[in-house]
Amino acid sequence: MRSLLSILLIGVPVTLILCLVGLSRGFIEDSQKRARGIGADILMRPKTSSLLSLNGAPIPSQMIAFLAKQPHVKLATGVVNVAAEGVTLGATGINYEEFIRMCGGFQFRSGGGFQRPDDVILDDYYASQTKAKVGDTITLLNGKWHVSGIMESGKLAHIVMPVKTLQERLGNGGNVNQIYLKLDDPANTNPTIQYLTNIPGLADYPIYSMEAFTSLLNVNNIPALAGFIAVVMGIGVVIGFAVVCLSMYMAVLQRTREIGILKSLGASKGFILGIILSEAFFLGLGGTILGIIMSYGAAALIHALKPASLPMIIVYDWWPIAGSITIVGALLGALYPGLTAAAHDPIEALSYE
Amino acid sequence: MSNGDIIQIRDLCKTYRVGKVDVPALRGVDLDVRKGHFLSIIGPSGSGKSTLFHIIGGLTPPTSGKVVVDDKDLSAMTDPERTRMRKRTVGFVFQKFNLLPNLTARDNIAVARYIGGSDAKPEPEFEEVLRLLGIKDRLDHKPNALSGGEQQRVAIARAIVNHPAILLADEPTGNLDTGNSKTVLEVLRDLNRRLGQTILMITHNPEAAAYGDSTVHMRDGRIANRT
Ligand SMILES: Nc1ncnc2c1ncn2[C@@H]1O[C@H](COP(=O)(O)OP(=O)(O)O)[C@@H](O)[C@H]1O
Ligand SMILES: [Mg+2]
Repeated sequence: MRSLLSILLIGVPVTLILCLVGLSRGFIEDSQKRARGIGADILMRPKTSSLLSLNGAPIPSQMIAFLAKQPHVKLATGVVNVAAEGVTLGATGINYEEFIRMCGGFQFRSGGGFQRPDDVILDDYYASQTKAKVGDTITLLNGKWHVSGIMESGKLAHIVMPVKTLQERLGNGGNVNQIYLKLDDPANTNPTIQYLTNIPGLADYPIYSMEAFTSLLNVNNIPALAGFIAVVMGIGVVIGFAVVCLSMYMAVLQRTREIGILKSLGASKGFILGIILSEAFFLGLGGTILGIIMSYGAAALIHALKPASLPMIIVYDWWPIAGSITIVGALLGALYPGLTAAAHDPIEALSYE
Repeated sequence: MSNGDIIQIRDLCKTYRVGKVDVPALRGVDLDVRKGHFLSIIGPSGSGKSTLFHIIGGLTPPTSGKVVVDDKDLSAMTDPERTRMRKRTVGFVFQKFNLLPNLTARDNIAVARYIGGSDAKPEPEFEEVLRLLGIKDRLDHKPNALSGGEQQRVAIARAIVNHPAILLADEPTGNLDTGNSKTVLEVLRDLNRRLGQTILMITHNPEAAAYGDSTVHMRDGRIANRT
């Protein structure tokens, strides 16, 4: 009973760590997949924008036409990104015709492209998360939108709407956040980036190849996230430590007499300590396994409720990491009770009721 | 120096310190026990009988005096050395049986073998001892499924499974009814007669003491007389 409770308590932070890492990874993989789905070769971002901020200083839309005229550029289109829900779910305003040509078209599950200025296209994740259907009116970004189509996920964003309407509603004067360029031949990507960055007016705009951009999307490039994961791991160690310490201390008290018996049979201090530590090891191991099982439960739950906002994946490579952290915490926690038990006077322990 | 005495005790004193008060438990005990002897120890409560056993068995060091058990000088031993001598030199039997409650009788015996440094399975000859103890078909039960008499016989089996030089039994029949007491005492006598096991047994009961070859009387931390 005591052991089961300890295993449960140890399992919770393991689940937390795995969910957190799984969510960060899932979010990044989802973003990468959607970025690749755009079909662009080059991305230009606003001055002074951080990697994941969606609402950086905007780019004047005349820039789109200017870039479209540059050598090798076949197509240029600008988009407006806004956060639709928290930081993990964005909506994007697009120029439909230009974007379709760039990405090769959306795969519609139902409905189709924009017919009205207030039309919005949702991907299947977001549609299932909100249970929206074609023809529904939904509220997004403090306004009403009419769902014109549901598309297969993997192109740019979970939510897209006409860029004109979005610009009007946001009142941002026709500026865009990002400009995507498609070239006549992807092989020209690097020379073109070279060429563009040498144009004086563009010097301040970060220009990336899409390939470089997607590879920049990883946990370590999101400063707060890596720190947050470290904090949760620290909490995991402390909880594992505290739970095992309390649990084993109780066990040592409960079994004082048994420890006395073992000592009367000639068990050494190391033997007693070894028993306590191996029990702690199994508590840590059990907690890890339970935590992994619970992370599957959490993933299933998240997938059922919020597939678009929280794209969680199972991170197998973190199992040994979470496991060793937990077990180390558990062993450290068992050290004090174990040493106490090892130091028991056998005569007193034997007379303990 | 070995003259056939497996225990030689000279002027043994043991003083416990409880808070700021010194409690003298043994005040100069002299005792010699020959190998293969069955000695009963009798005396009023608090006369130091258990303390004497704890010292002979290496559970606590003497305060002063000389204690030689099986040619090992206990007064000079460190803590780990006493731990090592408990593995094989002595076997304890207590009034409260003191079996590990979560293990079967068989495993209780196996744990003692394991701690004693042998492989957990007793050698075939041990079957004979188990038959003598009458617990052969009770070995797969946990202590709470055994009668007091059976538990105490399992405890005896555990105490002698590593072939200790001395078996120390502290009021082994103190928690048993007359019938079970008789069985346990007969078992001890058989072990002594048939296997030559040296036994020291503390008891309150003169009838139980009569099972031994001789009896010493303790009073106020000393040996009053030997009969
Ligand atoms: N661990 C101990 N700490 C302090 N005093 C003890 C301890 N063990 C025994 N004593 C004291 O030593 C004396 C002898 O006790 P004990 O050897 O248990 O006697 P007996 O077994 O003959 O009843 C008693 O006064 C007892 O209170
Ligand atoms: Mg006593």
